[in-house]
Amino acid sequence: MAITTMIGAKIHRREDPRLVSGEGRYIDDFTRPGTLFLSVVRSPHAHARIKSIDITAATKAPGVVAIYTHKDFAKVIAGTMPAAPAFVAEKKQIPPRFPIADKEVAYQGEPVAVVLTETKYQSTDAANLIEVDYEPLPAVMDLEHALDANAPKAHSNAPDNVGWDLTYIPEDANVMKEADVVVKQRILQQRLAPTPMEPRGVLAEYSRPDASMTIWMSSQNPHFIRLFLAGALGIPETRIRVISPDVGGGFGSKISPYSEDYLVPAAAKLSGRPVKWIETRTESIQTTTHGRGQYFDVEAGAKKDGTLVALKVTQYLDIGAYVGTFGAFQACACLLSTGAYNWKHVSARTVGILTNRVPTDPYRGAGRPEATHLCERMIDLLAEAIQMDPAAIRRKNFITEFPHTSHFGLVYDSGEYEKAMDKAMEIAGYEKLRREQEEARKKGRYLGIGISSWIEICGFGPSAGTAPATGGIALVESAQVRVFPTGSVTVYVGTHSHGQGHDTTFPQIVADTLGVPYDMIELRHGDTAEGPAFGYGTYGSRSLAVGGMAVHKASKKIVDKARKLAAHIFEAAEEDVEFDQGHFYVKGSPDKRKALGEIAFASFGAGLPEGMEHGLEAVAYYDPSNFVWPFGTHIAVVEVDAETGAVDLQRYIAVDDCGNVINPMIVDGQIHGGIAQGIAQALFEEVVYDDDTGQMKTGTLTDYMIPTMNEFPLFELDRTVTPSPTNELGVKGIGEAGTIASSAAVINAICDALSPFGIKHVDMPASPDRLWNQIKASRGASHNGKEARK
Amino acid sequence: MIPAAFEYAKASSVEEAVKLLGKYGEDAKVLAGGHSLIPLMRLRLAQPKALVDINGIKELDHIKEDGSKLRIGALTRHVTLQNSNVVKDKLPLLAEVAGEVGDNQVRNMGTIGGVVAHADAAGDYPTIALMLDAEIVTNRRTIAAKDFFTDIFTTPLEADEIVTEVVFPVANGPHKYIKFRRRLFDWAIVGAAAQKMNGGWRIGLTNVGSTPVRAKAVEEALQKGAKPEEAAQQASEGLNPSGDLRASPEYKKHLARVLTKRAIEQAG
Ligand SMILES: Cc1cc2nc3c(=O)[nH]c(=O)nc-3n(C[C@H](O)[C@H](O)[C@H](O)COP(=O)(O)OP(=O)(O)OC[C@H]3O[C@@H](n4cnc5c(N)ncnc54)[C@H](O)[C@@H]3O)c2cc1C
Repeated sequence: MAITTMIGAKIHRREDPRLVSGEGRYIDDFTRPGTLFLSVVRSPHAHARIKSIDITAATKAPGVVAIYTHKDFAKVIAGTMPAAPAFVAEKKQIPPRFPIADKEVAYQGEPVAVVLTETKYQSTDAANLIEVDYEPLPAVMDLEHALDANAPKAHSNAPDNVGWDLTYIPEDANVMKEADVVVKQRILQQRLAPTPMEPRGVLAEYSRPDASMTIWMSSQNPHFIRLFLAGALGIPETRIRVISPDVGGGFGSKISPYSEDYLVPAAAKLSGRPVKWIETRTESIQTTTHGRGQYFDVEAGAKKDGTLVALKVTQYLDIGAYVGTFGAFQACACLLSTGAYNWKHVSARTVGILTNRVPTDPYRGAGRPEATHLCERMIDLLAEAIQMDPAAIRRKNFITEFPHTSHFGLVYDSGEYEKAMDKAMEIAGYEKLRREQEEARKKGRYLGIGISSWIEICGFGPSAGTAPATGGIALVESAQVRVFPTGSVTVYVGTHSHGQGHDTTFPQIVADTLGVPYDMIELRHGDTAEGPAFGYGTYGSRSLAVGGMAVHKASKKIVDKARKLAAHIFEAAEEDVEFDQGHFYVKGSPDKRKALGEIAFASFGAGLPEGMEHGLEAVAYYDPSNFVWPFGTHIAVVEVDAETGAVDLQRYIAVDDCGNVINPMIVDGQIHGGIAQGIAQALFEEVVYDDDTGQMKTGTLTDYMIPTMNEFPLFELDRTVTPSPTNELGVKGIGEAGTIASSAAVINAICDALSPFGIKHVDMPASPDRLWNQIKASRGASHNGKEARK
Repeated sequence: MIPAAFEYAKASSVEEAVKLLGKYGEDAKVLAGGHSLIPLMRLRLAQPKALVDINGIKELDHIKEDGSKLRIGALTRHVTLQNSNVVKDKLPLLAEVAGEVGDNQVRNMGTIGGVVAHADAAGDYPTIALMLDAEIVTNRRTIAAKDFFTDIFTTPLEADEIVTEVVFPVANGPHKYIKFRRRLFDWAIVGAAAQKMNGGWRIGLTNVGSTPVRAKAVEEALQKGAKPEEAAQQASEGLNPSGDLRASPEYKKHLARVLTKRAIEQAG
């Protein structure tokens, strides 16, 4: 019997000493002899025609080696940038996107020219000398009116601004009649800038003699980038190597290929010298894809006793100027909008709208935070309408039978939603909080308690479901395990760790499967020259449930082969050989055992069984049978200062269930960061554009408000464990859970606090001025009401 | 995020600094803590031809008690003010305000001289300087705070003039500064200060106009015996704040009233 030792162990992340002591290696830490620095000249306009580009002055500037524009890149880059079908297979319009603008720019920050200089400083100076003559065009900034007949067009030659319009489940006008109460709400999801601590960056070196390209890039999925670049640059995949070393945060914004990912390698090829580009913070906020940027029109109906009847969802999504490679993925908000509950009827439609803003793409949670937010808001609105406790209405409608097939045909693998909610309520002291709330109200203080019972689809994903969504490449995962003659082990994976702790957790899995000491196991990732032919990257909380399973599967192949060799050495039948904690022995004689390392040594020697190849290594590709479905309940406690509109987030409780846990400390860390990011959306962050000029107003971290630890209470975490039946490890994803759950918990708490004012809904970010205005308006309204009644 | 090229010289005395400024002319700038100037240069919103670094001028870093006055050298860092026993004793309001400027990095580098010379409407010390009738001493003259903060980022300082000291009156009666902001290390959306002094109240407001504001109407109402709540209603009188991403003009005026009331009530 195998005793689990490392799986479940709360051990420190082995990558941390290196990372926290400044020994991490990020893109700007790499350099090649003779490197040129590239600066991008970008459109200052949201929408304009390029009349001319004058490079005369810039060409004479110190250190300038080359200046390239569209006409130069058109010679070395073929085709347009990809847009995956994602959840919206039939799109109406995908504006062709070349990495650099030719005649028209469609968002502020779109590349127009690049400058290559000997030093970094020179490139910024020279870029300022390039004169581009623009003819400004009307810009589409107002999402609500972008589909009006007289709205300007995001691209001047486009028929309209419809990117897609897809009905997943059509509406049936009759079903709402079954409800006793119906609530309607428009719910905004403001644009967010992912702002990883390390901005994007690319270093590319082209080797003329062997016509090969090496690219160092801050990316979440180097293999995909290699695939895209091979096509665009006309270099076979075998001669492109993409290295994604330590990556200082991605949050989804480093999945898709960017303009610079093409332009920098192309510039290296054109100039014959290595070229480096490092994104500035303003470029990062302005041109790295944004998250969210949507609004939903939602209608929900329930019976008086709280039974949920019908949910009707329409998503309006700000695609931006071009369809992000995985931008349509965010339509999954519709598919998850029913949340943790049984609804009798559901209808859903997604409309993608082209605007003159930077494209949106997945951002931590990608569609699922939006789904949770709208569902949990509607549940609270219904609870309020029928005067039922928000916990009670949830309890009444939770899905309890698993596997559960949703209205959209998705199969929830396992869950115990009520158990997680009960635990969260117990930690929070729910009943006591309600009493405190009542007491406080009498004194004119406004406490609020917000519940968010979230679910998530993750672990992308089964080949049948994902290959059509990417345009052909299934999101399975690969791993290679190599056992060296001394018994040490290297594991190569196709996922990429940039904060998730794979360097620690994957060896934990291997340590148990192979019975090899944890310290003898090394994890390698992020270099396309190593490991299996293809890796699929890290996003969608997929690395453990898919990648970890590939690691497990490859490790088991090792054990299988080693068992054959052990049987040969023991001169026993294979069935009679036991494997326990890293040792093989013949049944009944455990004292005459051989460690896996000894078998490994033997596998490189003489006298192998007939037909057995030398060595002990294995490659595995794992194709999951389903997605995995983590869940949980979060509770936020706030006090709103009704005089100023300031929100004091006093407590935050989270009970999450991600199935079996490999390393509790890492799971807690993921939840911490996730919660912080969701709270950031609820209270602080928003990309703001001037709707008249199309200029971004939040281009620095002074204006784009990222909260710090000062702004958060201590998170009170706990978990339930409901193993996933989908995979042998029983695991689900946890990388996005915190973000998926937390915005709804905070906003529900604020709405709860402000209910004495008759305030039912609050949009994000719930900034003090926004709340003050709402409180003031409601005070005015009730005042008028009183006057009217007199 | 890369500044334009500039020349750099380090001065070891005020005279040397003035001479260097004279040499470079209009386009030179004094470099103190750099926490306002360098962010502007990085964004190329400021492109000085030369920087004259005054960080080596030891004589500018001092806190001196001088009878009923407290003389603070221009190069005194926020962190020094925050922790100074003399300041805590003689003008505790100033020590408390210093503790609320920016974050640790800002407080370790930023200087009081830099804040007043920069004259950002959201700067915290200018409010205190104005309401307490502080004086700004330069290598040439002494300027009353009320004549110093003339407009946003605008002071009477000449190109080759250096702030050497800010001189406050001693005041250690009841006081409070309330800085309303969304994140702990943010600038004030609105700030309100109250200081009991010579039997009356001094009330100041931050970031409700192009300069710091002394709320004289509130002071007078309190003098006449109005309750804090009533008196504070006067705080927004005559204000014409501009709106920004964080707050509309109307909201700023409202905050001015609420925070003034709270500052007076909580002064201790
Ligand atoms: C993230 C962040 C948050 C901040 N938050 C706050 C806040 O909440 N409240 C607040 O008040 N400030 C805040 N600041 C500003 C901070 O206090 C700065 O340190 C201050 O504004 C400028 O002081 P400095 O010494 O850094 O001056 P510098 O940046 O070196 O100089 C600023 C200007 O003053 C001139 N100057 C400097 N010293 C003199 C002198 N002795 N004589 C003549 N001219 C001089 C310079 O030429 C320059 O024009 C913040 C700054 C940052 C970066």
